Amino acid sequence: MASSGLELLWVSAPQLLTGAGRTLGISALAILFSSIGGLLYGVLRSLGKRWLDVPLRVYLELFRAIPVLVWLYLFFFGLPIFFGVSLPAFWCAVLVLSLWGASEIGEVVRGALRSIPRGQREAGLAIGLDLGQLYGRVLLPQALKRLTPPVINVCTRLLKTSSLAVLIGVVDITKVGQQIIERTYESVLIYGFLFVFFFIVCYPLSAASRVLERRWNHA
Amino acid sequence: MSALIELASFSKKFADTPVLTDIDLRVSEGEVVVILGPSGCGKSTLLRCLNGLELGHSGTFTFDGQRLPANADWRRVRQQIGMVFQSYHLFPHMTVLQNVLLGPLQVQKRDAQEARQQAEALLARVGLAERVNAYPRELSGGQQQRIAIVRALCMNPKVMLFDEVTAALDPEMVKEVLEVILDLAQGGMTMLIVTHEMAFARAVADRILFMDRGRIAEQNDPETFFSAPQTARAQQFLERFSYVENMPKRKAS
Amino acid sequence: MTFDYAFALSTLPAFVRAVGVTLQVGLIAILSSLTVAVLNAAIATFKVPLLHRLVPLYVELARNTPLLIQLFFIYFALPALGVRISGFAAAVIAMTFMGGAYLTEILRAGIEAVPKAQIESGLSIGLSRWQLLRHVILPQAGILSLPALFANFVFLLKETTVVSAVAVPEILYTTKNYIALYYKTYEMLAVMTGLCVLLFLPLSLLLGLLERRLQHGQFGS
Repeated sequence: MASSGLELLWVSAPQLLTGAGRTLGISALAILFSSIGGLLYGVLRSLGKRWLDVPLRVYLELFRAIPVLVWLYLFFFGLPIFFGVSLPAFWCAVLVLSLWGASEIGEVVRGALRSIPRGQREAGLAIGLDLGQLYGRVLLPQALKRLTPPVINVCTRLLKTSSLAVLIGVVDITKVGQQIIERTYESVLIYGFLFVFFFIVCYPLSAASRVLERRWNHA
Repeated sequence: MSALIELASFSKKFADTPVLTDIDLRVSEGEVVVILGPSGCGKSTLLRCLNGLELGHSGTFTFDGQRLPANADWRRVRQQIGMVFQSYHLFPHMTVLQNVLLGPLQVQKRDAQEARQQAEALLARVGLAERVNAYPRELSGGQQQRIAIVRALCMNPKVMLFDEVTAALDPEMVKEVLEVILDLAQGGMTMLIVTHEMAFARAVADRILFMDRGRIAEQNDPETFFSAPQTARAQQFLERFSYVENMPKRKAS
Repeated sequence: MTFDYAFALSTLPAFVRAVGVTLQVGLIAILSSLTVAVLNAAIATFKVPLLHRLVPLYVELARNTPLLIQLFFIYFALPALGVRISGFAAAVIAMTFMGGAYLTEILRAGIEAVPKAQIESGLSIGLSRWQLLRHVILPQAGILSLPALFANFVFLLKETTVVSAVAVPEILYTTKNYIALYYKTYEMLAVMTGLCVLLFLPLSLLLGLLERRLQHGQFGS
């Protein structure tokens, strides 16, 4: 029984790999864009300017109030209607996850910057640093250790949430699995495999986050 | 001699609360002005207005002949007016040398070798030459404060501002920092010092500025101020300190 | 683009029912997850043989896999093993599985945060382990964990949209259904967005207020 299960997986490996590639591709791109966007968000909000703060806060609350899956549908069905653009489901998923991830990472960055004593900012300004130098050489380097474990946690969540892409039609690893089940009825095996797949991808990240948290932030 | 720093009718409010009212001040080159006063009188705020960390809302601030409005190029000003804070605020993720050289190299874009030589000379002058590669967390409060002073000095400022720089130090480390400041004064640096160390104020100041509730209540040379204060508030203030010095002995029972 | 108000209004009864389903699934999930978490807290405190080693494994498994996959496994794979359940039941089980793990972690952290001195004073007035847990540890752990717990409740409520994948008639499923039936995409998306904002925005703003009030500045969690 077990051997035929493994055999099936072995035989379906090419499709599974393609599917995995899509799942991991969506996640990797989303992580990349979220990190950049989140950094921007965190720094901009830490400047304390009203005209920046308000729209950014609205963006944050919108992505917190509306569940990610709903956003996926909004973009997937809504973009063609409102903007005449028809984005392939894969890129829809990347876009939505990036926007959502950026808001989450952004809040982490903002919190980390806020936790740095105000005197550091003043000491930097007092020796004539401009904003770029202040953030680049004084504030962000100090924020780095504090924000890394939570950011890794957001990345784990991005990986898990990318599984929702199957619901807007992306042929990701879940969809591939479902196609295999349609042919072979091996639902326990395949869903079990998907379970293990996501676990293997996510567990190292959460473990790393915990280790770093203990090592860096418990001094 | 023309004034290096000149404040005329300078005022500042936080929301509707006046913090500084009608400050008129002239500081000449090489002068050491010590600012005294009860807590909340605005002395720290006054200092912070001089390098743009706080902004006044009326009156004028003229530095080295140039008028400085609220939107002045404070970066340029801060290279010429250095400031040392009560909690030193050294950058914890950089070594002593990196802390000191950040300004000269990144802001003033000076030659690395020349800047390094100056940094090492100044660190030697305050007695910390061998600690160039240490991190702030490895050093005592007094050592960190001396390095904070060097960090400001390395920018070659015309004026140095000291904001209660010994208030956060353990008593045995206060002396080492005050000696550095005294040394600077003797070298002719123009300084504005906010402090609670009365004996030190008496020794280092060319002029005492006594502030009360946002105004300059009294200005005088140190000897006159400490022995014959003119205003009632100044007398009360000094009394508080003399109480500590002349504390009546507890009777043996 | 004109908005077909009449149509939108006609769908409101269905959406009201859908909100009811969302709340049902959400609330049951929250309560069961909480029960699981308290159970796990007891297991950990009493070091129940074997079980107390399984709890961390369960937590890691449930927190490192997506809800959707857990849901699909329960709904599609279990029938092959002879267990046939409805979409609603699968939804509740999956959400309890996931939610229980998250809440277990939060309670664990909360319990750890209760000062040791409290436990010692409790023991020295003769409380049993069980009484200690019930009267000293859990109440204090509960208060310390309150912001995190509340955040997770809101999170669970929002995750109910995922169970639309197994045809549970909550708001997202209802929306998709109407779009498929009547092609009124614009109107349905608008209603869905409006409902989400109405339901979840007050909750998340309330959460922000609670976090600030209790000053537990753990950013990013």
